[in-house]
Amino acid sequence: MITITINIYAMKIHSNLAVSDSGFIFNPSNGDSFSTNLVGAELIRLLKEGKSLTEIKKEITSKYEVEPTVFEKDYEDFISQLQDHFLVSND
Amino acid sequence: MTNSTKRKITVAVTGLNAVDSPGPGVAVIRGIRDCEDFDVRIIGLSYESLEPGIYMEGIADKVYQIPYPAAGTETLLSRIEYIHAIEKIDVIVPNFDAELYNFIKISPQLKDLGIETFLPTNEQFESRDKVNLFKFGEKHGFLIPKDKTIYDVSELSATAKEFGYPLVVKGKYYEATVAYTLEQAQKAFHKLNAKWGLPIIIQEFISGTEVNIAALGDGEGNTISAVPMRKLFITDKGKAWAGITLEEQSLIDLAEKFIQETKWRGGFEIEIMRTQDGKPYIMEVNPRFPAWIYLTVGAGQNQPAALVKLALGEKVKPFTTYAVGKLFIRYAWDLITDVSEFQKISAFGEL
Repeated sequence: MITITINIYAMKIHSNLAVSDSGFIFNPSNGDSFSTNLVGAELIRLLKEGKSLTEIKKEITSKYEVEPTVFEKDYEDFISQLQDHFLVSND
Repeated sequence: MTNSTKRKITVAVTGLNAVDSPGPGVAVIRGIRDCEDFDVRIIGLSYESLEPGIYMEGIADKVYQIPYPAAGTETLLSRIEYIHAIEKIDVIVPNFDAELYNFIKISPQLKDLGIETFLPTNEQFESRDKVNLFKFGEKHGFLIPKDKTIYDVSELSATAKEFGYPLVVKGKYYEATVAYTLEQAQKAFHKLNAKWGLPIIIQEFISGTEVNIAALGDGEGNTISAVPMRKLFITDKGKAWAGITLEEQSLIDLAEKFIQETKWRGGFEIEIMRTQDGKPYIMEVNPRFPAWIYLTVGAGQNQPAALVKLALGEKVKPFTTYAVGKLFIRYAWDLITDVSEFQKISAFGEL
């Protein structure tokens, strides 16, 4: 079995990504658009602000009822989806 | 600007066929009409009696039919002279690939009559032709898919062995089909040959995301405008039915390089296939504005109006910004008119 590990610490979100409050994402580089939920939109906003994983984890776990380990797993999953859609790249 | 200070001009425009595979004429006219510097009278030039732009309100003030390109330059010039005697045309904006050769050829005579154009030179026009595009790319350092020009269906098999499947079968002027088998390629060959004649171009298939750039060069190597767009909805004829402006500096750079290398004079469209690793392959260069050109107006770079100004000898400052994320969504509309209108254009060639 092959496993691929994403280095979630080294992922950088594209700076020109447009994200509305309702979670609509527009990638102006290629015209792709997506929808995410409010937490996803918040994560993208924090990534765009250049926050580190530690800072993001602190902010999200203090705001929502979520265990840090669960958050990390969900975060990795989310970053993986962003990567699939070319919304993040290696720093 | 008040009406009295606006420059009064008469502009003749072709490509009024706003159909499912549309000509750019109606969009070009809308752009010119939107320009606040002009008090413009638009003369529509049509080939067929059912081109929707002939009948649309607020598009052409007067329409004249002109002869098909196959009739040759003398017939075209003679018809333009007739129209010019009545309308005093300042600028002609041709919008079809198939008619451009004739218009480029008669442009000195048009200038003598006082009619300006802003067209590529014949050399520029030929260099980006489908049959010369690969060589053009090699010369100027652009990525172009490999292609082969063929004149007989029997050449298909050997070409397919060289390129592998899928491959793209392209008509001389318009249309392309992706073929996955020899039978499909043969069928496409015969269909395109019947419609557009020989040669047929066989092109290597490049997988990726299609993006298009509408641009305007001043003929001296400077880019006046370049706006990239991605098609969001594509018809079965491969035409954009909706699209959105993009922000991608590499695409602007590519258009600028193209203009710098060729000293392109006039409007054009570059069709690009961007591979997953970001390589931009030029699939085609259309030597005139695309049908979606009104999106450039909506995004803040009125390319049709800028072209008219350049044709009139005015200095035009290059545009520097445009709105990213502007969409166009085309629609179908049943226009009601009377048979008497149809009669006029059909019987007298004027409306």
